[in-house]
Amino acid sequence: MSLLEVENLRVTFPTRHGPSEVVRGVSFTLGRERLGIVGESGSGKSQTGRALLGLTPPPGKATADRLSFDGSDLRGLSAREWRSLRGQRMSMVMQDPKFSLNPVMPVGKQLMEALRTHGTPRAQAKRASLDMLEAVQIRDPERVFRAYPHELSGGMGQRAMIAMMLVSEPDLLIADEPTSALDVTIQIEVLRILDRLVTDRGMGLIFISHDLRLVSSFCDRVLVMYAGRVVEELRASELHAAQHPYTRGLLNCLPQIDGDRRPLPTLDRDAAWAE
Amino acid sequence: MTTREWLLSDNPVSRRQARLGQSYRTWLDFRRNGLAMFGLAIVLVLVLVAIFAPWLAPHDPLIGDLRTTRLLPPLSEGHLLGTDDQGRDILSRLIWGSRITLAVVALVVVIATPVGLLVGTTAGYFGGWVDTVLMRFTDVVLAFPKLILALAFVAALGPGIENAIIAISITAWPPYARLARAETLTIRNSDFIAATKLQGARPARIIWKHVVPLCMSSVIIRVTLDMAGIILTAAGLGFLGLGAQPPQPEWGAMIAGGRNFLVDQWWVATMPGLAIFIVSLGFNLLGDGLRDVLDPRRRT
Amino acid sequence: MTTRTNRGRRGALWIRKAASVTGTVAVTFLGLLIVTFLIGRVVPVDPVLSVVGDRATQAQYDAAYRALGLDKPLVEQFWIWLLKVFQGDFGNSFLTTRPIAVDIARVFPATLELATVSIVIGTVIGIPMGVWAAVNQGRWIDHVVRVVGLIGYSAPVFWLGLMGLLLLYFKLDLVSGPGRVDITYEYDFTPKTGLFLIDTAMQGAWGAFGNVVSHIILPASLLGYLSLAYISRMTRSFMLNELSQEYITTARVKGVPEWRIIWVQAMRNAAVPLVTVIALSYANLLEGSVLTETVFAWPGLGLYLTNSLQNADMNAVLGGTLVIGAIFVGLNMVSDLLYTLLDARTRKR
Ligand SMILES: Nc1ncnc2c1ncn2[C@@H]1O[C@H](COP(=O)(O)OP(=O)(O)OP(=O)(O)O)[C@@H](O)[C@H]1O
Ligand SMILES: [Mg+2]
Repeated sequence: MSLLEVENLRVTFPTRHGPSEVVRGVSFTLGRERLGIVGESGSGKSQTGRALLGLTPPPGKATADRLSFDGSDLRGLSAREWRSLRGQRMSMVMQDPKFSLNPVMPVGKQLMEALRTHGTPRAQAKRASLDMLEAVQIRDPERVFRAYPHELSGGMGQRAMIAMMLVSEPDLLIADEPTSALDVTIQIEVLRILDRLVTDRGMGLIFISHDLRLVSSFCDRVLVMYAGRVVEELRASELHAAQHPYTRGLLNCLPQIDGDRRPLPTLDRDAAWAE
Repeated sequence: MTTREWLLSDNPVSRRQARLGQSYRTWLDFRRNGLAMFGLAIVLVLVLVAIFAPWLAPHDPLIGDLRTTRLLPPLSEGHLLGTDDQGRDILSRLIWGSRITLAVVALVVVIATPVGLLVGTTAGYFGGWVDTVLMRFTDVVLAFPKLILALAFVAALGPGIENAIIAISITAWPPYARLARAETLTIRNSDFIAATKLQGARPARIIWKHVVPLCMSSVIIRVTLDMAGIILTAAGLGFLGLGAQPPQPEWGAMIAGGRNFLVDQWWVATMPGLAIFIVSLGFNLLGDGLRDVLDPRRRT
Repeated sequence: MTTRTNRGRRGALWIRKAASVTGTVAVTFLGLLIVTFLIGRVVPVDPVLSVVGDRATQAQYDAAYRALGLDKPLVEQFWIWLLKVFQGDFGNSFLTTRPIAVDIARVFPATLELATVSIVIGTVIGIPMGVWAAVNQGRWIDHVVRVVGLIGYSAPVFWLGLMGLLLLYFKLDLVSGPGRVDITYEYDFTPKTGLFLIDTAMQGAWGAFGNVVSHIILPASLLGYLSLAYISRMTRSFMLNELSQEYITTARVKGVPEWRIIWVQAMRNAAVPLVTVIALSYANLLEGSVLTETVFAWPGLGLYLTNSLQNADMNAVLGGTLVIGAIFVGLNMVSDLLYTLLDARTRKR
């Protein structure tokens, strides 16, 4: 049985010019594996991730024909049932640590909150939080624990965010561009942690990214999104053999260290892809 | 094509059509706000009552019959809201009083708005020390609590409705100056102002012809929001005996007059207070609704 | 980047802000003095006549004219007046014949007590109301809170006071009437601080305490209602702003319960601007107190001011105006500094 099954997921926002659908019929299943989602900015990756956690921002609405997590239906859960799932069994690394951390709470407090909410004693929560900070390669965990978000660099904030979402050891993790502000060595270390959680603990990982190359080397499968739709689903190893012109276009635009790339390639879009 | 379609067209052909269409859309938004429409209705009724006061008022507002109609309770024959200690019909006094209320609001707006616009646009347009001096002065006036400053001025100028209006105006202009200055700063460096300057227009002309019209709309919203406050301040001055003098039917002064009969003839003080409350609620609802429609950040 | 240098930089920012606020306040205060002085000079009342009386001879009149310094240039008169004001000398009141500074010191605690109880009422009710409205944005609760606030903005406070007296005191006899305390209790305690609630409680005069409470509750509730209108509206808009931030979603992702999201996560952020709002409404209460005190015969600064006004006691009017203006400026400054202090401690701007 898959960990997560999604069928015909739609997210709609009402606007002055009628409803606007930003996720339009996304379907996939996720086992205890690494699934990548790529697509250009605004293609609906983050909104897909949020809908899976029942966190579509109002006045938006999310609907699906099927949305099941570990065998139980997520549609129509009560607020209390959602709360017991979120943070404990499923969680999400938010895209922008600058806005996603509470500016007036010390980082450590926010980390501990993830555990304390679900009943872990204070001392134990603090130890686990410090360990987690250390695990995401933060050199001085005690200081970061006491610091306010604005006292951290972008990369440190991102790692604190990852630590906050991993500290409760969820079964499903949605990571929304978790490594965009990290330098290569730390990025590799963070990916290794995620990888270990997937292989050792059987966590399911949805890895959202712009970085096609990173996704193809790290994930098992890749969904390519365009204008709210999944236009192609591939095994990561077969990415170079992609069929869809949009995916091919994206691949074409990747910069290469060797070789002259002038004139810079452009991506031609076809209105028909969005149909 | 109906007028409505023409107004709501997505591709207006003329600037006028676009502007009218925008106003019409704003009106449609506004109309959906029930409370704001209620406020608008109150204000309209006030204006109509003030205009037609001589025909609407059943009795003389200033002279009553001391022998037969003194302190009659509401719903007495011929006196819907009762009479006061001078035997005057309260309803008639309220109807005539609406003229005073409206006149105070109108005059304060007519005095304070141009002063605020002048100070604000001049400060914003010239910048530098002119700006510093003018805005510092504005801040000083703002630093006083409004009613207290008005009280001090009326005390100095002597009580009376004219002086009350002047005193309220003196306390009312600073917010408009600040607003006008902020607006001026955003347009001061725009290309068309630069172009006008190149043509050799004098600053006074540029400010009057080009800067002031652009500041107008935001100042007008702010003025509407302030109208209830003006009414309350005027009533407060009247209540303290510093505004309109007897026997004028000013609502605040009427409350003060009814104070002595509060326990046994409650209506004498109650009715004018209700009138003030309803009218200022009307202005507040109207202003609130206007702000909602015109402030894009609050749109949902 | 270490915490220490950060803290140092924040300290510097705080000092610079404090310096600039103090500068602004100094200039504003000077303006306040000039305006008050000029108001005093345009009065139609002849200050000489009120000293010597209208039976005085021309020689007596001229002597008094010079003694009051009225023959000197205006700037010099201002300077003399300024020196006096800085020594706390506002002249004597015609009405009480005491120095105005003494009078003001005597009546001020009554206003302070009233304003403080009012702001407590306004805050304790206004903040939850605003939060409640924000959480239920667009639903009927939101509209009810909005209308309750608008009514507070629209009703003339002196009329509300009269209606309250009529209903709750004369008709239902639920509260005590005008004044701060009944005569029967007046000698049960000595007014040390001038704040009767504190005086009676400290001296264990509980009967008097109850009486003081029943006197203050009505005017304070009315004034509290006025500040509640403002506080609840601002709380609503600050909360709406915070609740739409990303960090709220983060908290939801962690499964944090809703009450904690609202009262801990969002409120900590909204509290910073709210402190400013509360300080400002405290200042505005001074204004409301003038009319309220008149209605409730509350022997505070507001009543002193209106009494002086009605008796053309110009020195007292100007002294009172100046004191209220100074408190107003002071509270504005405090709210400004508090904002910087609270804000700089935790965020970068
Ligand atoms: N609250 C909202 N109201 C209306 N539209 C929204 C809202 N949030 C997002 N959208 C729209 O939904 C679409 C998808 O947004 P989403 O954040 O999922 O994009 P994304 O793929 O994550 O992009 P990025 O790579 O830049 O993060 C966008 O077109 C955006 O304009
Ligand atoms: Mg995104």
